[in-house]
Amino acid sequence: MLRKLFKFNGGVKPATNKADSTRDPIKPVPMPPQLVVPLHQHVGGTPHPLVAAGEQVLKGQRIGAADGNVSSAVHAPTSGRVLAIEHRVMAHTSGLTTLSVVIEPDGEDRWIDAQPLPWRSMGADELRDEMRDAGVVGLGGAVFPSHLKLKPGKSGTDTLVINGAECEPFITCDDLLMRERAKQIVRGAEIMQHMLQARRVLIGIEDNKPEAVAAMNQAIAARGASTMEAVAIPTRYPAGGAKQLIRVLTGIEVPHGHRSTDYGVQCFNTGTAYAIADVVDRGRPLISRIVTVAGNVERPGNYEVLFGTPMDHVAALAGVKADTDRFIMGGPMMGFRMPAYDVPVVKATNCILVGSEALFPAPAPEMACIRCGECARACPADLQPFELYWHSRAKNFGKAQEYHLFDCIECGCCAYVCPSHIPLVDYYRFSKSEIWARERQKDAADLARERFELRNERIEREKREKAEKLAAKTAAGRAAATADNAPAPSAEPAAASSDDSKKALIAAAMARAKAQRESAAAQPTLAPNNNIAPATPTATSAEEAPSASSTEKPL
Amino acid sequence: MSLNSPYLRKPTSVTRVMGEVLLALLPGIAAYVWFFGIGILVQLALATVAALLAEAAFLMLRGRPVTRSLSDLSAVVTAWLIALAFPSIGPWWLVTAGTIFAIIVAKHLYGGLGQNPFNPAMVAYAIMIVAFPALMSQWPGAGRLDAATQLDLILGGARKIDAITSATPLDALRTGLRTEGNTVAALLQGEGFGLFAGHGWEWVAVGFLAGGAYLLARRIITWHIPVAFLGVLGLLSAGGAWASPLNFPGPVFSLFSGAAMLGAFFILTDPVSGATTPRGKLIYAAGAALITWIIRQFGAFPDGVAFATLLMNLCVPLIDMKTQPPVFGHKTKD
Ligand code: SF4
Ligand code: SF4
Repeated sequence: MLRKLFKFNGGVKPATNKADSTRDPIKPVPMPPQLVVPLHQHVGGTPHPLVAAGEQVLKGQRIGAADGNVSSAVHAPTSGRVLAIEHRVMAHTSGLTTLSVVIEPDGEDRWIDAQPLPWRSMGADELRDEMRDAGVVGLGGAVFPSHLKLKPGKSGTDTLVINGAECEPFITCDDLLMRERAKQIVRGAEIMQHMLQARRVLIGIEDNKPEAVAAMNQAIAARGASTMEAVAIPTRYPAGGAKQLIRVLTGIEVPHGHRSTDYGVQCFNTGTAYAIADVVDRGRPLISRIVTVAGNVERPGNYEVLFGTPMDHVAALAGVKADTDRFIMGGPMMGFRMPAYDVPVVKATNCILVGSEALFPAPAPEMACIRCGECARACPADLQPFELYWHSRAKNFGKAQEYHLFDCIECGCCAYVCPSHIPLVDYYRFSKSEIWARERQKDAADLARERFELRNERIEREKREKAEKLAAKTAAGRAAATADNAPAPSAEPAAASSDDSKKALIAAAMARAKAQRESAAAQPTLAPNNNIAPATPTATSAEEAPSASSTEKPL
Repeated sequence: MSLNSPYLRKPTSVTRVMGEVLLALLPGIAAYVWFFGIGILVQLALATVAALLAEAAFLMLRGRPVTRSLSDLSAVVTAWLIALAFPSIGPWWLVTAGTIFAIIVAKHLYGGLGQNPFNPAMVAYAIMIVAFPALMSQWPGAGRLDAATQLDLILGGARKIDAITSATPLDALRTGLRTEGNTVAALLQGEGFGLFAGHGWEWVAVGFLAGGAYLLARRIITWHIPVAFLGVLGLLSAGGAWASPLNFPGPVFSLFSGAAMLGAFFILTDPVSGATTPRGKLIYAAGAALITWIIRQFGAFPDGVAFATLLMNLCVPLIDMKTQPPVFGHKTKD
């Protein structure tokens, strides 16, 4: 049982604050009067609505269909009537709105006719499509569509890592899920192992959750899963970052911008494993998740929450204290402040952290960086955060990138330890968004230039074609005239004009070929620009993020 | 003001870091007072007041929040290092002028805390030793000057004091070797030398070593700079002593003389002007040790730590750039 573990550099050990929310079992939430289900809850394309206002829906009925393969479906969390499909404020710091399906529950909570999947006899692609249509996405907070990752790597998959580390302070939803529903997690892991053809499954759990480790081991033993193992790893934030966990368990360091599959490893959250078991064994799509309510509340705890439930509806059950001044989605290290208290719980919501000035005081005033290097020692990505800060502050984005800005997973360790109280991560977020904005601008400019060139090309071509036609016509006319009158002097101009028309033909053909080539070359740059581009950078960073979503994620 | 994560902060501050550094200087200062009298305390006080006044004046001029920046204690650390680097019986204006120069020119004209490429205390030392070489070379001998004489020397201005001061052990040794044709071993038996280095000074150095150990234990500094500096200086001294025992003092004497210990734990480790990457710190400190040793053995100044520090400060941007540690994942790639 004693497995050799590896270490990642850096990391910090903030007070975990987990004891209070793990006393009670997972609790249900009374049906809210309204559910607001955003269609876009994951990385990738926005699903298009499958229902219209006024329509009746059943629990588990698909209400949003995946938009292409890099997307995921969305379902009605209960039975009832669709009141509207409209833009509502989303669970994102920006306060932006997103197209959402507003459902009024009918109180009956009537399921669709759900059937277990004969998964062992199903083709791999077919099973993946099922996962997509069941809305399964990464529930660690990254919300990356799971079906896209349930594919063996080029050289096969050696290890499936199940992430039960849960390193962020306050959050205990995975802990409780493992304690109470270990059997289904193991079951889900088995299905994933099958889909990935993985040799072994390692379930990484921080050693501050001994109950969860025991429960998982018990479930593994009961199942007789000989290639599966629950491993207690040292408690150190951000051990739950996908890349950090993979490093700790396997010793493999997956470089930024690379997929762990290429290194024979794939990583999923425990909640995702649980969701997959639900899809396969009960035919039930993803419509709810476990959410921790903690922080400035009377009774911190965990709740099973339907997506679309307003956060304040859930938090009220835990007794929100009077001096509350914010809701944070996620943990205190990587979470994001919500623009309103009633934003809906979505697939990325692992925790509603209720905040107050007393609990999370504003940091002391920012002072000058003294280059003490504390941040570098704390950085799990082995970066030099103060150099990034320096260059970000000077808006020297090129230099920031040279210092590997995009390897930063925004874990917040550097800002946590900085004696000068510099909000370092804010500087990185700023730099990243500036760089993305510039790239988009450049792409847009390139696109415009290409369009302009293509247009010129077309006009040229049309001109030439006209000339060519004209030339052909004159040549024909001349020829006819020659035939009629046969005057010797006209032979020369006729020959000349047929030469011209030939030239025009060749030029036109060349222009066409060129235009085709260019538009073909333009395709790949245009396509991502249209829909995936805003998501692509976040797709990787979100995948790497320990638990919370990143700002730029189009939720 | 930050509205974004992380919402948790470790209870730490520049004030705490600087406070720990001041605390760590106390054992060395205590030994200093024990062997050489209260002169050093007067110098420390003078430097502190000068530093705070200069800092406050400049912060006001630059329109910065005065109390907040003063309370970061960085000016006090600079002041103490200057006082410890200067002779403790120098006239009051020597340390005062040096400190004001350090704060204004070496710190604020470069943009204030965090921006100065050179260690301000060492800039002060270098300027003053060039400007006032005689005054900067008059050190008290252990137990030879009572409090009244010391005060008189400090407050009464520069007088003829050659008779009652002595050269530092480093100086004494070198002068002895150069002029009188003595051997190291013979000289070390003589007056002014103690168990393993200068009488009294060796214990001051031990005090700084203890303070350095404290800083290491408190994780205020990392091991790289002290180990590389003391290691290389020790090796060079051992090599010199091995090659020519008549002319070169051995490693123990070298490490416990002059500003070696102060430099290893308090001066070279100044984060602002020093190298920051782990490998960079090793190179930076090893370079400083080499220059220190060369100046000590072959140069004209009593000690080499100050100039070694300044020269290596100059190389920091290059060293840092060339020693960036591999980023997570980039070690396994290519
Ligand atoms: S921890 Fe803060 S003060 Fe220290 S080097 Fe990093 S950014 Fe600068
Ligand atoms: S936020 Fe980025 S720079 Fe800071 S410690 Fe985390 S990975 Fe390193």
